[in-house]
Amino acid sequence: MRHIVSILLENEAGALSRVAGLFSARGYNIESLTVAPTEDATLSRMTIVTTGSDDVIEQITKQLNKLVDVVKVVDLSDGEHIERELMLVKVRAVGKDREEMKRMADIFRGRVIDVTDKEYTIELTGPGHKLDAFLKAIERSAILETVRTGASGIGRGERVLRA
Amino acid sequence: MDMTSPEQRAKDKGAGVELSGAEIVVRCLQEEGVEYVFGYPGGAVLFLYDELFKQDKVKHVLVRHEQAALHAADGYARSTERVGVALVTSGPGVTNAVTGIATAYMDSTPLVVITGQVPTHAIGQDAFQECDAVGITRPCVKHNFLVKDVRDLAQTIKKAFYIAATGRPGPVVVDIPKDVTTAKAPFEYPREISMRSYNPVVKGHPGQIKKALQTLLKAKRPMIYTGGGVILGNAAEDLTKLVRMLGYPCTNTLMGLGGYPATDRQFVGMLGMHGTYEANMAMQHCDVLLAVGARFDDRVIGNPKHFFEEPRTIIHVDIDPSSISKRVKVDIPIVGNVSDVLRELVKQLEAAREKPDAEALKAWWSQIDQWRSRDCLKYDRASSIIKPQFVVEKLWEITKGEAFVTSDVGQHQMWAAQFYKFDKPRRWINSGGLGTMGVGLPYAMGVQLAHPKATVACITGEASVQMCIQELSTCKQYRLPLKICNLNNRYMGMVRQWQEFFHGNRYSESYMDALPDFVRLAEAYGHVGMRIEKPADVEPALREALKRKNDLVFMDFITDQTENVFPMVPGGKGLSEMILV
Repeated sequence: MRHIVSILLENEAGALSRVAGLFSARGYNIESLTVAPTEDATLSRMTIVTTGSDDVIEQITKQLNKLVDVVKVVDLSDGEHIERELMLVKVRAVGKDREEMKRMADIFRGRVIDVTDKEYTIELTGPGHKLDAFLKAIERSAILETVRTGASGIGRGERVLRA
Repeated sequence: MDMTSPEQRAKDKGAGVELSGAEIVVRCLQEEGVEYVFGYPGGAVLFLYDELFKQDKVKHVLVRHEQAALHAADGYARSTERVGVALVTSGPGVTNAVTGIATAYMDSTPLVVITGQVPTHAIGQDAFQECDAVGITRPCVKHNFLVKDVRDLAQTIKKAFYIAATGRPGPVVVDIPKDVTTAKAPFEYPREISMRSYNPVVKGHPGQIKKALQTLLKAKRPMIYTGGGVILGNAAEDLTKLVRMLGYPCTNTLMGLGGYPATDRQFVGMLGMHGTYEANMAMQHCDVLLAVGARFDDRVIGNPKHFFEEPRTIIHVDIDPSSISKRVKVDIPIVGNVSDVLRELVKQLEAAREKPDAEALKAWWSQIDQWRSRDCLKYDRASSIIKPQFVVEKLWEITKGEAFVTSDVGQHQMWAAQFYKFDKPRRWINSGGLGTMGVGLPYAMGVQLAHPKATVACITGEASVQMCIQELSTCKQYRLPLKICNLNNRYMGMVRQWQEFFHGNRYSESYMDALPDFVRLAEAYGHVGMRIEKPADVEPALREALKRKNDLVFMDFITDQTENVFPMVPGGKGLSEMILV
């Protein structure tokens, strides 16, 4: 099953490779991984999307907790949560497709953030499946380049992950 | 232990005295009360060695290869309750040390490993003797640090000792660039350390402990299975008390030997791949299993599927939550320091009105005794060729079970574990997890330095011992009177055994050809060598060796080439599917 795991860790050199190394050494999957410092510059917040049986996920959270740089771990999938991902797509936008591309971006609440006479670069935010849907909705041959950040997640309501 | 006078400390701090990084490192080691540093000098650590030279509180032991420095520090730590310390240079110093670090990591030994690094400005430039020490060691350490600022040095070393020794222990590497050893900073060794990201659990959950005891008392066929955690957690006494009070059978893993007295009737022997028939059968057929400081690894329970064919309730006590329900689903997990949890169990048991089911226990013991009568460790005592088991048995008799015994890896290791009956913890030093050939001799060096008056025997084989044989030179330099029992069967015995059982007797590359004359080799290093070829000479040779209190004696026992280790659970098979002699 797909799980989204949030990790609060010391913002120190090598902390990311400890986490990434743990996943590869123990044969766990990483679907996506995002990391950046928090409002407290000594801490980083990481979101990992992974898949595995309940036993595997239990081991993943235990092994993550064992890393000395890791302050807290929570499996967001255990409760209500929100996920967002950012995508930048460069598409061919010429002739009658140009108008159509703009319309599709609007429908998906995307924004055109760079324009040339032949291309648009569209910024799109949402849960992963919405980004997938956009890519499916436009003509495949029009896609020149896609960049996705991977999911970031946060608990709903009062659910808070802090040091 | 505080090695610096308060006046000295006040002077250093108050007068704004600044120390070099190298001085700081040595002062930190003094503050930690470090007795020995095992190491090997090189370019990146010259300033550190210069500071070691100027003092005599911390003694340095010069090995002949960095791997041995790690094993010796590891042996020192395993045989005491202290952190082992090693010091190696950058590049090849680090890579040579990696096997030793990984060995310590797999068996959870507390070590602090100081590695030299090229100067900070040269890092990443492919400098001479540069390697990414932190990157290379990351998967086999509990934690590691690269110290880039001399002002962080003391704090980092304090953290390293704290992390290495607390929770589930393990090796910690501190990588120090050469320019950090010359840069200066005020020195103050932190008294205490707290880390928001590292807070190992100590006390077990009282509710879980209560539940565990109730389950234990209801058992009809109970079994207590303990591992290295009991040794590392200094819980042998607490375990013994609990087991005796309950009257239940107890088995130890390879790493757990000495956790419960092996000569006691309630001890059913080691379990696992080469465990006794009675231990493995009791493990397989028990209805309540108390696992303490053990991790149900593949060499211990065999195929987990087969293990689960028999229903049983499992209670698991361990300081490391990730050890619980990793390979085997546990019913009652208790995360905590094993000694605290065992003491709490004893306390609650003393207060409990309920007692173990005497009738069921009697039936269970008579079943176990029946398994025991299978005499699974029997061997040909009338053989005209020396049987390796016989050597170990004699060593045990003559040393009255009081020796510290190290071993290498292979058949001799299993015979040592089966036939030397350890009644006390920290007497049996071997590489259980990583299975590192070559550890025996350097382990014994560390043990002998920690216990100068004790008898330290190294049970080894002609293949393993050659992997760190150069340390005979170190033994000469520091006058370490080890008793080396080389069980020489001219084969990598365990490899040969597997080839005999599973590869149609094709002994591919397992024959040890062109062996040195070990007697003359020992003599060349300035030690005493003996060759023993007849069973009748085994005891006199051991007695003679033990009489030579000040000499290292290398006993080359020419043993039966065809002897195998029994019982044996073949890989992938269930615990009760043993090959018996």
